[in-house]
Amino acid sequence: MATNNGDNEQPLKVVGKPFRKVDARAKCTGQTLFADDITLPRMLFAKLLRSHVPHALIKSIDTSKAIALPGVVAVITGRDLPIPYGILPVSQDEHALCIDKVRFIGDPVAAIAALDEDTAFEAMDLIEVEYEPLESISTIEDALSIEQPRIHDYGSGGNIHKKVSLEFGDMEEGFAEADLIREDVFFYEGNTHLPMEQHAALAHFDADGKLTLWSATQTPHYVHRALAKTLEIPASHIRVIATPNGGGFGGKSDPFNHEIVVAKLAMITGRPVKVTLTREEVFYCHRGRHPVLMWVKTGVKRDGAITAMHFRSLLDGGAYGSYGVASTFYTGALQTVTYNIPRYKFEGVRVFTNKPPCGPKRGHGTPQPRFALEVQIDKIAEELGLDPVEIRRRHLVPPDSVTANYLRVGSNGLGECIDKVVEASDWKNKFQKLPYGRGIGLACGSYLCGAGLPIYWNDMPHSGVQLRLDRQGGVCVMCGSIDIGQGSDSILAYIVAEVLGIDPFDIRVLTADTDLTPVDLGSYSSRVTLMTGNAALQAAERARELLTIAVAEKLDVPIENITFAERRAFDVENPDVGVSFAEAVQLAEAKFGTIGTVGSYTPPRSPGKFKGAGVGPSPAYSYSAAVVEADVDPETGIITVERVWIAHDIGRSINPALVMGQVEGSVYMGLGEALMEEMTYRGNRNVVHKFPSLLEYKSPTTLEMCDVKTFLVEDPDPNGPFGAKEVGQGPLLPIPPAVVNAVYDAVGVRIDEVPASPDKVLKAIREKAQGKEGRYGPKSVPEVEWPAPLKVLTPAEGGDGRELPREAAHMKD
Amino acid sequence: MKKTININVNGTDHVYEVEPRLLLVHYLREVLGLTGTHIGCETSICGACTVMLDGQAVKSCTMLAVQADGASITTIEGLARNGQLHPVQEGFWEQHGLQCGYCTPGMIMTAAHVLSNNPDPSDEEIRHGLEGNLCRCTGYQHIVDAVQYAARKMKGQAATGD
Repeated sequence: MATNNGDNEQPLKVVGKPFRKVDARAKCTGQTLFADDITLPRMLFAKLLRSHVPHALIKSIDTSKAIALPGVVAVITGRDLPIPYGILPVSQDEHALCIDKVRFIGDPVAAIAALDEDTAFEAMDLIEVEYEPLESISTIEDALSIEQPRIHDYGSGGNIHKKVSLEFGDMEEGFAEADLIREDVFFYEGNTHLPMEQHAALAHFDADGKLTLWSATQTPHYVHRALAKTLEIPASHIRVIATPNGGGFGGKSDPFNHEIVVAKLAMITGRPVKVTLTREEVFYCHRGRHPVLMWVKTGVKRDGAITAMHFRSLLDGGAYGSYGVASTFYTGALQTVTYNIPRYKFEGVRVFTNKPPCGPKRGHGTPQPRFALEVQIDKIAEELGLDPVEIRRRHLVPPDSVTANYLRVGSNGLGECIDKVVEASDWKNKFQKLPYGRGIGLACGSYLCGAGLPIYWNDMPHSGVQLRLDRQGGVCVMCGSIDIGQGSDSILAYIVAEVLGIDPFDIRVLTADTDLTPVDLGSYSSRVTLMTGNAALQAAERARELLTIAVAEKLDVPIENITFAERRAFDVENPDVGVSFAEAVQLAEAKFGTIGTVGSYTPPRSPGKFKGAGVGPSPAYSYSAAVVEADVDPETGIITVERVWIAHDIGRSINPALVMGQVEGSVYMGLGEALMEEMTYRGNRNVVHKFPSLLEYKSPTTLEMCDVKTFLVEDPDPNGPFGAKEVGQGPLLPIPPAVVNAVYDAVGVRIDEVPASPDKVLKAIREKAQGKEGRYGPKSVPEVEWPAPLKVLTPAEGGDGRELPREAAHMKD
Repeated sequence: MKKTININVNGTDHVYEVEPRLLLVHYLREVLGLTGTHIGCETSICGACTVMLDGQAVKSCTMLAVQADGASITTIEGLARNGQLHPVQEGFWEQHGLQCGYCTPGMIMTAAHVLSNNPDPSDEEIRHGLEGNLCRCTGYQHIVDAVQYAARKMKGQAATGD
């Protein structure tokens, strides 16, 4: 029986129940204060003047007319903020305001603080910037071939940001064992988070030299660090408060120029300064899904068992580093955790182009390779005459195993996920049996439950929780995590309520305030439920221990008899003998002093020790399987997704209603990516963003969004709090490949590219009608000079997780 | 030149002199401090700024405050009465019709409008009624559930004469 981990085997009272969200009443009544809702007396408004050219040297900036405009209080340029920053220590390549060069349309060059927003807008027109245009680089191919001009003067030469090459096991042997080898090429177009809330930030610099920044950020801790660095003031004098995020999806995970700018303007003017980005600016902030071109070569036995996989990915990074080095590794990391891949080679390259920088979007670097992998498996199944279900089901990575690239898989409920959706969708009676124009497709996926390593190297916990109990019976949970809609505030309350036997709505949750809450690394990489959940669990158990000792003494019953439920602490053998929760706190406070406890969480060490092993390890992996049923109109190429069945291995639901919400939201976002969403540019017209507006950037409405049938598979993972794993990102992954696999079943054409927009589908259908291949997608990938791979023996080959010394690696060749 | 306007918002008359170019959403947020009405796109696509104007759901980002002169407006802050949530608000809370909550006020106002026109809608009719409101979090399914919950609740109230 599931218990609340206490000494007494009590059934769970909160965990697993569909409680309402603790922050939702405020959201239903308009009371939640998002960043743009906060105002302070004497507040100024800031605007950032952004470059209208994609690549140019800044010859001069004249701000004199702007500063002379009545109502303008301050104007700053790059010279005022000379220190570079960036989310990753290896790519500190951004300036809050460009100093001598702009790298994309939207790169900011100056900022204004004015009495009101209209004046700030007006002042922007008065700033004169003289640019000397440089050749712009708009595609992966351009970036690989154009050595000069360079967008940045660091990286792997020319306009190449990063190249990686990793090889696990004897690839030659692997391909030699194969009965069939397939090579395929895929393209996944970039797309953006499109949070409904436009980014906003408000800075206040007070009389004793301390700075406070309120910002719609997913990562207040990293913003805190970036502010200290760029403003040259001690971190101890800076307070960052993350406001409830009106949607994040990864798009609010970088420290942003507008955050640094308002802080600087507040310091200069001595007045609070707010900035709220326009929707157009949100498109320029971006940090969304990288466009990725992929080549994958896979060897299989007749039964579909993979003998080796060689995967190449080419990422269009846009103008800055952002999370790009991590994104590059992520395009090669998680291929191995679903189906057994005994030998694996990954080569990846990220290039700079003169476009808004790409970064992490829901699934960070993994939906693109997952698309390639799941579509290729479908093709392999067809070639081998196997059912797409069977080829996957037979070769699953076993639980409690280590993959060829040294990822430790704990629980794995993928088999059960596949069974659920296959049965519910009536797959056996539909696959290859539906009339022309209607089809069904299957795909799977897996995602991290938190990155195993922090962004900057350190040995400290990834998540901390402080708990304060007061003698009135109040409980306050303090944690650095920020609710971005995923429900992290509620998860903290549920877990603490479960352990202390109180109602989640009794608890005050105070989060994401660097002055008041212990560090949590942020709401990214699906880490919060597992990591802050474990920290909260530890803090709550420590508090319960103190209360238990005091109550047992008072009631004169053995410690192991004390249990907590329904706002009481009582003798489990004689439930009438007990005290209220508030009395329990009073007894403990009398005995021990003020009751405050802490909890923290550090992920287990990864078995991989090679260079590059930092990306991919996680305390646990979630799994999903989805079946999509779609109609394809052969006259128009329009795909209508009629139904999605999805099963998600959640480990254990802390709250099944919230889990379902995350699954359905992921399916929705996956469908948007599969069918319509794309960040595209007019390459021949100066890399102008085609549609930086909701008018043109299409996303699914209530009418495009289909019914979703969700199944939760509960296979508790030993590393999760109460066994819980992630759900915020993983369920997106199977959707795009399942859609195009359904298209193939419907009309017999392969769309090896995302989004599968009607023009592409129609072109493939028409070509097929002419007796051609009936495929839409890239034909090849450009040549890349790959570095010699770093070689690692697999666990099966007796490897220890370290790279082979270079000489030994060469001798082996 | 500023113009004097008189707008009844959430049951109270407000008389202000405003610039003719002032958008209704800015009037609500900045002049009256009713920040529950959100701005999401500035192009009347997303619906986060939806308010009720003389019983009609309108997108307040594409309407001037002066155009609302003489009208009665209900914003999300005025929907609950005497501390009692409106059934649609209750539905969104109870049925997990929200995640980040940013689209929620506009979504709730539109849903209330849908139900005032059609107290017994099908899921399809709800989806049609909400097609002008975007949500990036939920996939809409729980939103439809929330509106159905409200419809049942409102029918129950009508039946019992509450």
